[in-house]
Amino acid sequence: MTFKRPTRAGWAALAIATLCIAGFVDVAFAEDAAPAAAAAPVSNKGDVAWMLTSSALVLMMSIPGLALFYGGLVRTKNMASVLTQVFAIVSMIGVTWTIYGYSLAFGDGGSMTPWIGGFAKAFMHGVDASSTAATFSNGVVIPEYAYFVFQMTFAMITPALIVGAFAERIKFSAVMLFILLWSTLIYYPIAHWVWYVAAPDDVAAAAKALAAATDAAAKTAAQAKLDEVTGNVGWLAGAGALDFAGGTVVHINAGIAGLVGALIIGKRVGYGKDLMAPHSLTMTMIGASLLWVGWFGFNAGSNLEANGTTALAFVNTMVATAGAALSWLLAEWMFKGKPSLLGICSGAVAGLVAVTPASGFAGPIGALVLGLVVSPICLFFVSTVKNALGYDDALDVFGVHCIGGIVGALGTGILVNPALGGVGITDYTNITGNNAGTYDLVTQMIAQGKAVLATLIWSGVGSAILYKVVDLIVGLRPSVEEEREGLDISDHGERAYNM
Amino acid sequence: MKIVMAIIKPFKLEEVRDALTAIGVHGLTVTEVKGYGRQKGHTEIYRGAEYAVSFLPKIKIEVAIASDQVDKTIDAIISAAKTGQIGDGKIFVINLDHAVRIRTGEADAAAL
Repeated sequence: MTFKRPTRAGWAALAIATLCIAGFVDVAFAEDAAPAAAAAPVSNKGDVAWMLTSSALVLMMSIPGLALFYGGLVRTKNMASVLTQVFAIVSMIGVTWTIYGYSLAFGDGGSMTPWIGGFAKAFMHGVDASSTAATFSNGVVIPEYAYFVFQMTFAMITPALIVGAFAERIKFSAVMLFILLWSTLIYYPIAHWVWYVAAPDDVAAAAKALAAATDAAAKTAAQAKLDEVTGNVGWLAGAGALDFAGGTVVHINAGIAGLVGALIIGKRVGYGKDLMAPHSLTMTMIGASLLWVGWFGFNAGSNLEANGTTALAFVNTMVATAGAALSWLLAEWMFKGKPSLLGICSGAVAGLVAVTPASGFAGPIGALVLGLVVSPICLFFVSTVKNALGYDDALDVFGVHCIGGIVGALGTGILVNPALGGVGITDYTNITGNNAGTYDLVTQMIAQGKAVLATLIWSGVGSAILYKVVDLIVGLRPSVEEEREGLDISDHGERAYNM
Repeated sequence: MKIVMAIIKPFKLEEVRDALTAIGVHGLTVTEVKGYGRQKGHTEIYRGAEYAVSFLPKIKIEVAIASDQVDKTIDAIISAAKTGQIGDGKIFVINLDHAVRIRTGEADAAAL
C-alpha cells in the first residue's frame, strides 16, 4: 500500500481473509506479514463506466427527480421555491464536498478516525487520476475520482431530502445556511462513522499473514498488525452495523432532521384549515419515477464495482419497490377507500428507502417482503401518527424516509441471514470479531439498533441546535404575509407558472 | 334586452353552444367558475390529509339577447344542459340597459 485508501468497506476482502484462516490454516504460506508491494491493482473499465454512470443516475435522483416529487406536492405559489432549494443545495454541496466534505467523510482522521476524517484531503489534496479507492472485492479498485464523485452525489441528495419537511414556510437564506452547517457537522461525520474503512486490502493481507504465522511470536505480531489495520475505521463500521447504500446515513439522518425542523419551525399558516392539496400529482409521479430509475445507481452503484452483487442490489431495488408501491396502494384502498396515485408513488419511495440498506445483503424474496411490509407502516405514520401528534411534516420526510429507513435498517439485520436468502455476514462485523460466515440475530440487531439510535440522536439533537443557530443569525421563517403570498414571489421574485 | 346567465356542468358546454346557435344566438361569453348549490362537494385525501372540497368546477355562460328571445333561450339551455342529476346548474335572467358594439359604435339591439 502506497497510500491510504478512503473506502466504505472491504467486505469481500474480509470473507476471503477468513477463508484463508479457515481453509488454508495448515498450509504454510511463505509470505511476509507485511502487505506485498506487488504491482498496484488496475481498475476495470467496466467498473469505471458503471460507477460514473451510477453517479450521474444519483444526481438525476436529486434534480430533477426529488425536486419534481416534492414540487408537485406543494401549492403553485411555492413550486419555484422547492425547485430552487433542491437545485441550490445540490450545487452548494458540490462545492463544499470538493473543498472539505470528501476529506471529512472519507479521509484518514488519525487519532480521530472513528469519529471524523480530518482535512488531509481538503481541496482534493493528493487525489489525482492515478489514485484508486478499494471496493468490496480484494484487489479490485476504482479510480478515486469515481469514488469521490459517486459519494458526492449522496452528499447532495441527503440534505435535499430534508427540505420537504419544512416546505412552504422557510426562508431561502435559512435553508442554505442550515444545510451548509448540517452537511458539515451532521452528514460528513455520520458518513464517516458508517462507511469509512481505511484499507480493506490491508485487512485481508494481515488476516492472511495471521493465518500463515507458524510460531507464537509471529502470530502475536500478525495479530497486532491485524488489530491496527482493523482499528482504522469509522466507529459504526467497526461496531458491525450493516448499511449497504445509506439507509442510516441518508434516510434516517435526513428524516429525523426534517422532523426536528418541522417541529421547531412550526406549522404552515393555515395548516389544517386551508386547502393544501398537491398542485400537480403529474409532477410528483414523474419525480417518483425518476427516483426509482436513479436509485439503481444509488443502490447497485453502492457495490462500487460491476459484478454479481451489483446485479443482486439492482434486482432487490426493483422487487422491493414494486412490492412497496403495490402494498401502499392496497393498504390505502382497504383503509381509506380509494387507491391513489400519490399513494402508489409514496409506496415506491418508501420501498426504495427501505431496501437501501438491505440491497446488497438481502435476497430478492427477502427484499420483496421488506417492500411489502414497509408501506403500511409508513402509511400509518404519515396519516394516523402525524394527525394524532399534529406536527406539520409537509411532505412526509419523517414518515417516509426516517420510518422507512428504520424499517430497512432493522430489516437488513434480519434479512442478511443466509437462512432467509441473505448473503450472510461478510463485512464490518469481521473487522473486530473475525466472525465471517457466522450470523447471530441478536448480535446483528444490536449493531443495527446502535446505528439507528446513534443517527437519531446525533442528527436529531445536532439539527435542533443548528436550527436555533440559524434562527438567531438569519431567522427561519418568512413573515406571515410573505408566506401567504408564497415563497416563489417573496424569496425568489418569480413564479413557477405564468399562465 | 336581457342577459341570460347560466351555470352549467362543464361537459355540457358544447351541447349548450350548439343549441343556442340553432336558435340564432350568435355570441356568448364563457367563464370557468367554482361554486356550490345543492350538489355537495367531495372529499380528497392526500396521504393523511383529508380535504372537503365544497366548491365544484362549473361553467358560467352569459348571453345578451333581445327580450322576446328569453324564453326560447332558456328552453334551449335547459334542453341541452339537463341531465336530471343534482348539480345541473341554474339560469338567471338579468335586465340589460344598454349595449354597444365597440368596432362600429352600434347600440342596443343592433349591437347584439
